[in-house]
Amino acid sequence: MANQDFRICSESGLKVYKNAETLIKWNVIAALATLAVGGLMALLVALTRWPSVHLLGLTEYYRFLTAHGVDALLAWILFFEMALVYFASTVVLGTRFRGVVVGWISFALMLIGGALINVIIIMGRADVMFTSYAPLKADPLYYLGVILFAVGALIGFIMFFVNVVYAKRDGGFKRSLPLGSFGLAAASIIGVLTLAHGAGIFIPAFLWSLDFIGYIDPSAYRLVFWGLGHSSQQINVCAMVAVWYMTSAFVVGGKPVNEKLSRTAFVLYILFINLASEHHLLVDPVLSTWHKIVNTSYMMHLAVLASMIHAFAIPASIEVALRKQGFRSGLFEWFKKAPWGNPAFAAVALSILLFGFLGGITGVIFGTEQFNIIRHNTFAITGHFHGTVVAGTTIAFMGFTYLLIPCIFKRQLIWKGFAQIQPYLYAVGVAMLSIGMMSAGAFGVPRRHYDITFSGAPFSFTFDPAIDMFMSMMGVGALLAVAGGVLFILIGFGSMIWGKEVK
Amino acid sequence: MAIREPERIWWKPFSKDERMWVTVAVVWMLVSFLFMPIYHLYGAQNPPSETYKVEPEAFDKLVTKMIDKYKVGEENGFPIVHPDPNEPVFIRAQMWQWYPIIEFEKGKTYRVHLSSMDIQHGFSVQPINLNFMALPGYDYVLKLTPTTSGEFHIVCNEYCGVGHHTMVGKIYVKDAAKTAAN
Ligand code: HEM
Ligand SMILES: [Cu+2]
Ligand SMILES: [Cu+2]
Repeated sequence: MANQDFRICSESGLKVYKNAETLIKWNVIAALATLAVGGLMALLVALTRWPSVHLLGLTEYYRFLTAHGVDALLAWILFFEMALVYFASTVVLGTRFRGVVVGWISFALMLIGGALINVIIIMGRADVMFTSYAPLKADPLYYLGVILFAVGALIGFIMFFVNVVYAKRDGGFKRSLPLGSFGLAAASIIGVLTLAHGAGIFIPAFLWSLDFIGYIDPSAYRLVFWGLGHSSQQINVCAMVAVWYMTSAFVVGGKPVNEKLSRTAFVLYILFINLASEHHLLVDPVLSTWHKIVNTSYMMHLAVLASMIHAFAIPASIEVALRKQGFRSGLFEWFKKAPWGNPAFAAVALSILLFGFLGGITGVIFGTEQFNIIRHNTFAITGHFHGTVVAGTTIAFMGFTYLLIPCIFKRQLIWKGFAQIQPYLYAVGVAMLSIGMMSAGAFGVPRRHYDITFSGAPFSFTFDPAIDMFMSMMGVGALLAVAGGVLFILIGFGSMIWGKEVK
Repeated sequence: MAIREPERIWWKPFSKDERMWVTVAVVWMLVSFLFMPIYHLYGAQNPPSETYKVEPEAFDKLVTKMIDKYKVGEENGFPIVHPDPNEPVFIRAQMWQWYPIIEFEKGKTYRVHLSSMDIQHGFSVQPINLNFMALPGYDYVLKLTPTTSGEFHIVCNEYCGVGHHTMVGKIYVKDAAKTAAN
């Protein structure tokens, strides 16, 4: 094996193999591109939901909302996670990518699948939202696109394990994986389980759209769909937490106080989080009360325990590392002296804060049986998951992009000043968006709804006028978040193209 | 470090801070745990689970029968029905209406049967914000006791096609004394 196959990253000292590097690059590029599309859709949809703007027409609103869900939640997140699992199974371990052709096949499938879904949605053949609840039917090519995309992602998660097995043989690690890779191993395990649910629902739906199957039970559809739809959010949580640990290690040299605790927490995610998926079905018919209580409330709390552990371990590791660097006076000197101007660090700090206080807490509350009655399908739910998957996962991934650009793309960031404020701008925007949505939802404002003045309805109904303020808060938050998102995309692509080369 | 393999022995005992945090988290979790069934058993408002399979046509017949028997008026082309609290009440979801208008009596307990004729709809009673799913093929039985009189609306909060935002229905709750004259 020739030595020219790899280089040493000057920032982190990690050994980067060429074949892994190229694959990671392209997955990051695809992720940023789909985030840009998803973000544009977000702007249009948000400006439609803002009653004083009400931008789009009726069909465009539902069409673009479907596209926003798919591009942001499916495409951006999964492409970035592919980059992460490849990074953690090769670069972190200092080993090569095994079977890189398979990695490219996975990438191609995701690209083709993603493009197909988008084309079909824009053609107006799949105005069904990303949930496509049966018996609402889309064009067969829509389901095919989802299947191709999901198979691609499944292959990617499997390649994680292949790489890890070979890395062990090649001496990439001796006994235990580094914690970051361990977290992504948890993500990959959940990924494989989850995408199996995906096959379990999208293959029948595909056959049904082709008339090979006559009937899909709507209740069963919801159950299996959320086995995919919610459990995949736990891939995101694991990947996000792994990014928290890795960023803290890269930026301040943070080291978990006790690896036992952090690793146990990841195992709790694997064991219990899938069951929490059923909180989507709390006000559905069919499922019995005890079934709901055991699956959601009970098991969910064991997963929450895991998050509580990480919420302790990561700030603790940062504090210990900064104190070691000499910031010891008083209780909070380390906090004041933390690298707040480093966008990767700032992103992780904001991600931890907002994920915990906005997304996490509301998730636990809305996930209880009784509270769900007064929040199900309202705008509050949309507010909750913009607190998790946007304020948590997306911001963390944005921060990690700022580390990947020097390490993998070998470029320095352009516009350093803008990069410094980007995480704050985006975080403030998303927080306002999310709180606006949650508050409006508390007054009953529904999600996925074109016109909350109900024009053309047989009976007129007006919500409490207080919602005007909250809907405007959502709108202003959306504008700020989109500004932060545009900055991120510009800095990301700009640095890849024009950034000074890192030697 | 999270990007380096841990030292040989990382299965170390917990430190004092860690033990404290985990203990507090576990206790908090157990309290929340216990509250799930406790609230279900002693609380006043729980999601029901009583469900039957039903064909849309059969459900539709039950709706019509109820209307024939208990119709007391009409509003915007929708029949107003004042059913007997001892008999089942049916509300039909369909693209894009909630049918018919039901007039309940305050303080009486009703069994409301909810089902859809076509696709999934979201049964959302406003302004009190009570939300349940209406699925085709299933009859979902909600045990409902209205406690405030007045006018309520049913909004659809599951996307159900281009008319989704026009799917608004109505419910009246009358004080028992006033309706006795009917
Ligand atoms: C600039 C940032 C963003 C803004 C302003 C924004 C705004 C919105 C708005 C207004 C809705 C519409 C809700 C409705 O009408 O029911 C929505 C839905 C949604 N958003 Fe975002 N969003 C942003 C970023 C993201 C990201 C990064 C993700 C995923 C990682 C995401 C995932 C979703 C999902 C899954 C839905 C639900 C779609 C559905 O109900 O079918 N959003 N967003
Ligand atoms: Cu509807
Ligand atoms: Cu609807």
